[in-house]
Parts: sequence; C-alpha cells; structure tokens
Amino acid sequence: MNAWMILRLALRALVKNKVRTALTMLGILIGIASVIAMVALGQGASRMVEDQINAMGRNIVMVLPGAASSGGFSWGSGSIQTLTPDDAAAIAKEVPTVAATAPVVRVRGVRQVVAGSQNWVPDNAMGTNTDFPQVRDWPLDEGTFFSEQDVRYATKVCVIGATISQNLFQGASPLGQTVRIKNMPFKVVGLLTRKGTNAIGQDQDDTLLVPWTTAKRVLEGSTFNNVSQILLSVDTAGHIPAAMAEVTALLHQRHRIRPGEADDFRLMSMTEMASATAETSKVMSILLLVTACISLLVGGIGIMNIMLVSVVERTREIGVRMAMGARGRDILAQFLAESVALSLAAGVLGMLLGASASWGIQHFLQWPTQLSLGAVAVSLLFSCGIGVFFGMYPAVRASRLDPIEALRHE
Amino acid sequence: MTPLIRLEGISKTYHLGEVDIRPLQEVTLEIAAGEVVSITGASGSGKTTLMNILGCMDRPSEGSYRLEGREVAHLSPDERARLRNQVFGFVFQSFNLLSRTSALENVELPLMYWRSLPGAERHALALEALRRVGLADRVDHHPNQLSGGQQQRVAIARALVTRPKILLADEPTGNLDSRSEKEIMDLFGQLHAEGITVILVTHNPEIAAVAAHRIRLKDGRVQEDVR
Repeated sequence: MNAWMILRLALRALVKNKVRTALTMLGILIGIASVIAMVALGQGASRMVEDQINAMGRNIVMVLPGAASSGGFSWGSGSIQTLTPDDAAAIAKEVPTVAATAPVVRVRGVRQVVAGSQNWVPDNAMGTNTDFPQVRDWPLDEGTFFSEQDVRYATKVCVIGATISQNLFQGASPLGQTVRIKNMPFKVVGLLTRKGTNAIGQDQDDTLLVPWTTAKRVLEGSTFNNVSQILLSVDTAGHIPAAMAEVTALLHQRHRIRPGEADDFRLMSMTEMASATAETSKVMSILLLVTACISLLVGGIGIMNIMLVSVVERTREIGVRMAMGARGRDILAQFLAESVALSLAAGVLGMLLGASASWGIQHFLQWPTQLSLGAVAVSLLFSCGIGVFFGMYPAVRASRLDPIEALRHE
Repeated sequence: MTPLIRLEGISKTYHLGEVDIRPLQEVTLEIAAGEVVSITGASGSGKTTLMNILGCMDRPSEGSYRLEGREVAHLSPDERARLRNQVFGFVFQSFNLLSRTSALENVELPLMYWRSLPGAERHALALEALRRVGLADRVDHHPNQLSGGQQQRVAIARALVTRPKILLADEPTGNLDSRSEKEIMDLFGQLHAEGITVILVTHNPEIAAVAAHRIRLKDGRVQEDVR
C-alpha cells in the first residue's frame, strides 16, 4: 500500500462516521484554538508593554525622593524633599554612562490654562530642564524647547502637548501664542510630538512643560529647590545596573548618608518595571498554555478511546484484510493514518478558530494580539504528534490481531 | 511430479491451561494441481483447522507442509501474508465483504497489498473479475443491496482477482438457498475447468460429491482419502 492509498482509506473511514469524527476532533480543536489564541494574546501584550517602555524613553532610570522616618515610623515615599536640580547636574557630570538628566517638578495647583475664550485643565504640568526631550526621547513637532536662559531667569515660557494644543487652538499653530496660567501670561514656544496613552492609560499628550525655575518660583511661589524626581537616561541598557550603583554612591556622598543609614532617595529603572510586567504576563500565559495542553491531552485520550472502539468494531474487517494478505504493518499504517488524519484535521480547524478568535479579541475588545508563525507550526506538529502518540496503541492492537480470531469475531 | 500441496504428519496442539487440545493429529495428504478437493467431517473433526493451515492462516505445531515443494510450515507472519495474497483465494461461509463499500472496491481489496498498481489498473482487474462471476452490472452496489448469492459471487471475484493457484472455500453455500447454491457450484466447476485448484470444506454430502478427490476427517485424523 502506498501513502496515498493509506490516506484515502483513512479519510474514507472518517467520513463514514461523520458525527463521531466531529465529536472526537472537538477536544483537539479547542485545545489548538486556545493555544493559538493564548500565544497571540501573550505576544500582543508583551509587544504593547515593550512599545510603552520605549515610549517612556530608552534606558531610563528614575530617582525618587525617599521616605522620611522618625523613631522607626516611616512617613512614606516622597515625605522628604531632598532631591535638587544640583543633584541632577552632578549625576550628569560625574557618572559617565549617564547621557543626560532631567529634574522634574510636578506643579500643583494649576487649575486652568486659558487662551482667548478657550480654557483647559492639563493632566500633567511639569517643570524641567533643557535635557528633558533627550531623556524622554520625546522630540518637538514645532518650535523649540525652552533654553538654558529661560531656566536661569525663570522666564514665563511653555511647551505644550498635542491634546492641550488641540483644545486651546483647535488645530491652529500654538507657536508664539500667549496662554494664561494662574492669571500670568506664558508664551508657547514649542509643540511636543504626539505620544498617545502610556502604560497606565494616561494621555501623555495632555502635558504642559515649563522651566523648573519658573515652576518653583513663579507658579508655586517657593524658594526651595526640591524636585519631584530626576530622570536619567543611560547610554546603553547593559550599563543600567552599573550606572544605578554609581548614582547611589554619588547621592550617598552628596546627601551625607553614612553606611548603615537609610537612604533618602530611591532608584527605579524602567527596564526593571518592564521585566516585572513581562514576568507577570509570562506566568499568566504559561498557566493558560498549561490549561490548553491539558485540553489537548484530554482530546488525545478521546482519540485513543474512539480508535480503540473502532478497532473492536472493525475486527472482522481487519481479519478479512489479513486473510487477503495484509501484513501487521499494513493494518498499523491504516489505523495510524486514521488517527493522525483525525488530529491533524482538528489541528488545522483549531488553528483557524484560534486565529479568528484572536482577530475577534483584537477587533472587539481592542486587546492587542499578534499571531505567531512559530505557534502555528508548533501546533500543527503537536497535533500530528498527538495523532501518532494516542493512535499508536489502538493501531498496534489492531496489527497484532490473529487473523483467524479476527475473522471469527461477531 | 511434485504435488501442489503435501502435508506430512501435521498436528496442531492448543494448550488450554492444564489440558492440551489437539484438533489435528498426524495428518498426511497430497493435493495435485487442478484438482477439486472436498474436505468433510462432523463439526469438531478439525476441518476448519486444516483449512486454516492449508491457507497459511495458521501454523502447524508439528509436521511438514510443502507448497509446490517448498517448506512453508515455519514461515514468518509476513511471508504467510504474502502467500495468502498471491497463491490463495479465500471464500467464506458468511461472505465477509466490507459493508458500506461497493462491490468493485471489495474486489479491489487484495490488490492493495504486495503490489503497487495504479488505480485505473486496479479498477480494470476488479471489473474483469466481477465480469467473470457475472456481476458486471452490479459494480457500484453495496453488499446490503445484493442477494446472498450475489454477495458470494462478489466474494469469489475478490478471491479470483489476484489470479490465485488455489481457491479455498469454507462452506461457501452454507448461507445460500438451493438456487444460489447451484450457481456458486457451477462457478466452481467453471474455475476448475480453467485449471484452478479448488478446495471445498463442507459438511454437505451433495457438494462433497462434486469433488473427484474427497477427504474425510474424524477426530482430527484422516478417516478417508479417495480419488
């Protein structure tokens, strides 16, 4: 018997029992469909996280003010305001692997930004320095960023994001326009490029930037120099751990923290956050994959069960074939081809179902998915393997039947 | 001249726990090419066992079986399968056609093994075999659409399609009415005339009488062997 004849024989046998074939295929079909959909979802999620990390700026490390404690009682993160723009400048100067630093002052109490008859409350108003676009990897669409001069003299200039521009100027160029913040006139010098929403769903284009000096002296009316955070960009990802260690040592020295004393600052790298997120989604997708594999196992056992029933039902046919000269291996090939055809067909259908499910998830739930060719290939191989593995035992049983006994079977 | 089949001291023993069952004991016989042979005997006399051994479905426990002078008593299962495919044709009492399969495909069945024929050639051979048994107009019928006599003729066509030297028939008319029985026996007569050796296992004396060479078994031994 050649391969083509064996295949035709197998397909014929499967078509003869349509309902049984369909029900047997269901287990594998659902298993493969969920594997494909899960992998697509997992890959989509990790690509989204990756995109968002990249949107934050590459190789970014945040320095946050630490927690004050008195008598063993912690006042919580940010309760001491010890970080200053001088720290930022020192880090940029002393740590060679840090390419640029930007101190960030979150401006409180900015209610409205007014331009003519329009007004808008920005989600995010920050004071920073001239290196901010470089650190955040966030270029300007139009105009220029504010200058060193502006920072030195606390000039009333601002750079705005696309959302603010849209709401205040309805698509007209904001450059050179005057907006009023806390009833003071600010000149718009630049428009940031559109970035979209970030990892926690905030609109990053709803951002207003002013020189940090302007933020402290003019908007807050403060004489202190403390900032909410310092952003560092490290030259390459590989240097991040070393740079973090050097920054820690430098800040220990600058803040006169002796060994054993609690730090008054905290370092956080975006890559760490990213890998934490990636780890969570990896664990999730492994759990889902395990579930899918269990369903494949159950489906495989279903195939084995049906093939055993089929061998018993067709004992007489096997006897006739043996009397006509079929060898054990001919019978083995016939039944094995049947179970492989069954599971492979289920695999192909499951693949189509999984692909359309992930398309549906993307289309209707707006979750990102990414179909992977690898998962498709592995699923097909896997369903083939299931057919061989679970079909082997029934096929071997069929091939070992004694022709005389088999012919006598009622 | 070497006989087509020569059995010498053939015994078959089954071990059932403590008890030994010996359906065949010391059977010695010869069958010449082109003969019609009948094997008769009461049930339990060893007819079926003898036929299974003759048809290479079963192996004897002892003795020698020479097929055209070649010892086949101890061949491997695959070698025996090849002999069943190429030397023997089998006809059973209950026809043993594959259900839900057309007459033509049933007849093609033996051609699927041990040879790689293109589909068209297989069809042509099967069609010719069906024509020989007078069923050229029933090729697409399934067994349940055919009468008993017609089903047995399909089974004979299936046995003939490989052009065997020996046709082994086990109670071929046991399930048929007398008219169909006559048809089938006429067909065997015709095959004999064409030079095929026909071995009939039966308990029907009328059928046994057709054979020129009659073997009668009793309790696993040859009781009578007349030509």
